[in-house]
Amino acid sequence: MTGAQSETVKQTLGDARLQLAIYSATNRLMTHRAGAIHQDRLPDYQQLRTEANLLKKHTIDHLDYYLELFEKNVAAHGGKVVYCSDSQEVADFVLSLARERGAHLIVKSKSMTTEEIHFNERLEKHQLEAVETDLGEYILQLAHQRPYHIVAPALHLTRYDVAEIFRKNLGVESEVVIEKQTAIARVALREKFLKADIGVTGANFLVADSGAVVVVENEGNARLTSSAPKIHIAVAGIEKLIPRAQDLGVFLTLLGRSATGQPLTVYTSFLSGPRQSGEIDGPDEFYVVLLDNGRTKLLADPEKRQSLYCIRCGACLNHCPVYRKIGGHNYPWVYSGPIGAIITPQFHGVLKDPWLPFASSLCGACAEVCPVKIDIPKLLLKLRSEVTEAKRREGVGGVERLAFQMWAWLMTHPRIYLALARMSGWFAPLLPKVGPLEKWASQREIPKPAKTSFHQWWRARAENK
Amino acid sequence: MKKVSLFVTCIVDQLFPQVGIAMTQVLERLGYAVDFPDAQTCCAQPAFNSGYRAEAAKVARHFLDTFHDSEYIVVPSGSCTAMISHHYADIFEGDQKMLEQARGMGPRVWEFSRFLTEVAGVEDVGARFDGVVTYHDSCHALRELHIKDGPRRLLANVQGLTLREMEAAEECCGFGGTFSVKFPEVSGGMARGKIESILKTEAGTVVSIDSSCLMQLQGVMDRAKLPIRTLHLAEVLAAR
Repeated sequence: MTGAQSETVKQTLGDARLQLAIYSATNRLMTHRAGAIHQDRLPDYQQLRTEANLLKKHTIDHLDYYLELFEKNVAAHGGKVVYCSDSQEVADFVLSLARERGAHLIVKSKSMTTEEIHFNERLEKHQLEAVETDLGEYILQLAHQRPYHIVAPALHLTRYDVAEIFRKNLGVESEVVIEKQTAIARVALREKFLKADIGVTGANFLVADSGAVVVVENEGNARLTSSAPKIHIAVAGIEKLIPRAQDLGVFLTLLGRSATGQPLTVYTSFLSGPRQSGEIDGPDEFYVVLLDNGRTKLLADPEKRQSLYCIRCGACLNHCPVYRKIGGHNYPWVYSGPIGAIITPQFHGVLKDPWLPFASSLCGACAEVCPVKIDIPKLLLKLRSEVTEAKRREGVGGVERLAFQMWAWLMTHPRIYLALARMSGWFAPLLPKVGPLEKWASQREIPKPAKTSFHQWWRARAENK
Repeated sequence: MKKVSLFVTCIVDQLFPQVGIAMTQVLERLGYAVDFPDAQTCCAQPAFNSGYRAEAAKVARHFLDTFHDSEYIVVPSGSCTAMISHHYADIFEGDQKMLEQARGMGPRVWEFSRFLTEVAGVEDVGARFDGVVTYHDSCHALRELHIKDGPRRLLANVQGLTLREMEAAEECCGFGGTFSVKFPEVSGGMARGKIESILKTEAGTVVSIDSSCLMQLQGVMDRAKLPIRTLHLAEVLAAR
């Protein structure tokens, strides 16, 4: 959080309306989750977390096997798996398919993976219109903003903000009643659904043993997206695999509850291939784009690999006191909050945003609520040491390093340390308030050094005995 | 006589010696022979949390040497205790000899309130403290050591004391070591959120088992000129 970034953080902190929006939204999500996982309602919650963790660990450790199995089973239903290593390859695939089929309009349901690769912007350059159909995402697309939150993308906007966005972009009267706003979006989007040539969804789970793409949602837009247009493309990261359909019993139980406190989302779609003969709806063509985009880099480290267990429930964001203060847009990538803080440096390299793993008080609330038990604080600590190591190799950050080297020397030479500590204690009131002391004093009073240290008290007591 | 060694932590040694003194009094009243290894300095957490593992390893090694012969080490901090019992293993990753030493140390290190309830087996230390108190769960004690009820039971047995829970008891105070100076505005904002919750209880005193959290909360409350004081659990339990 340096330079410009720290300025936008200060803006967020100083914006009372925004602070209230973040606080009340995350509060609501936390309260709902707490109710849904309560001992009386879900007595085996902790057991389920352990199972989910083991299942993800197993899948990620054997990813090559499950990818092949999934691909085979998708093909058996008449679908096709397309492997893409980056955003360019995804765009190339979609563009060439659109060109061949004469497609112009794409409807999309909510997908963080496509946000990650700037899907809409890439296609727009080639005169392909991609329309977001999740209400929150639709609002953000109109406002040209990126998601503020993994699950609740427009969490930071109030209905008054939405009224203004709709008025400006849709040419409607200002409307502040939420139900009426939904109706406005529904009219605009229904037309797009009917005209769309291609439907693009994400995937919450890819089921290897049945070749199914599982999509959970509350608005029904993902189901329309995957069934109304003639072509359906599901874009998913390779880590979304789970071994068996029966494992959904674990993951679906945890996902809705951890995200929004729902036992199950309103819609859970199991998409396995194009329309078969005798079926009345579904697409003619069915593609699953499996995206790497840096994920295989994360596989290399057996400990950090657990970052790929994430099922994108957003619980760590809601419970993170830092996210709740600085919001989503101050994080450098589409993935914000604690999960963003551990995956962003791994995708982009630790020196791109070296402050990120340090922007945490290490309170551990994220790990406590993670449904797949990712040890986020441990990974933050590991990434911190990787940042300092990388800085050392690059020959930067020398002042801080020297300070810690001196500190370590003092801490292993107690006599000198204690003498110096006492001296600095006497002179503390006279010291200029610069560096860390200034930062501390910007928010709080500086504690007065004690007249005698515990060491001194103990020695004096021993002498008097 | 049963023997315990004090590790008072660097922050208590230099800034809050009264916490170490109170801890000594409570332990001696319970019949323990208290010993204070003079070479002790710090648990190494500042360097470890800042990403300087080689530097942290030196300081951790010093701790292991200093407390080599101690059977019970009592610490007035959940955070420093967790550093030693949970994170020394990360520091010495790949160094089999040091790893064994670190693993041997883990079970000998006791956070003060846990030592009282689980080793000494007391929940009423015979203290008296008049006033309304609210308890702040420090994150590392709560989430790494799973300490939640012990300190509350100890407080509930103090004569004259009314324990009033705040809504955000489990929320972080925002200290986070160097986080507090690397991201001062965020850290301060977190503290102010916590303090709102403290104010609602109308308690005059905030009690915790970590002096670092209390330093943060006291600093922000003093800045806001709030008439609320912070006390370490040991200070309340030593009061008569």
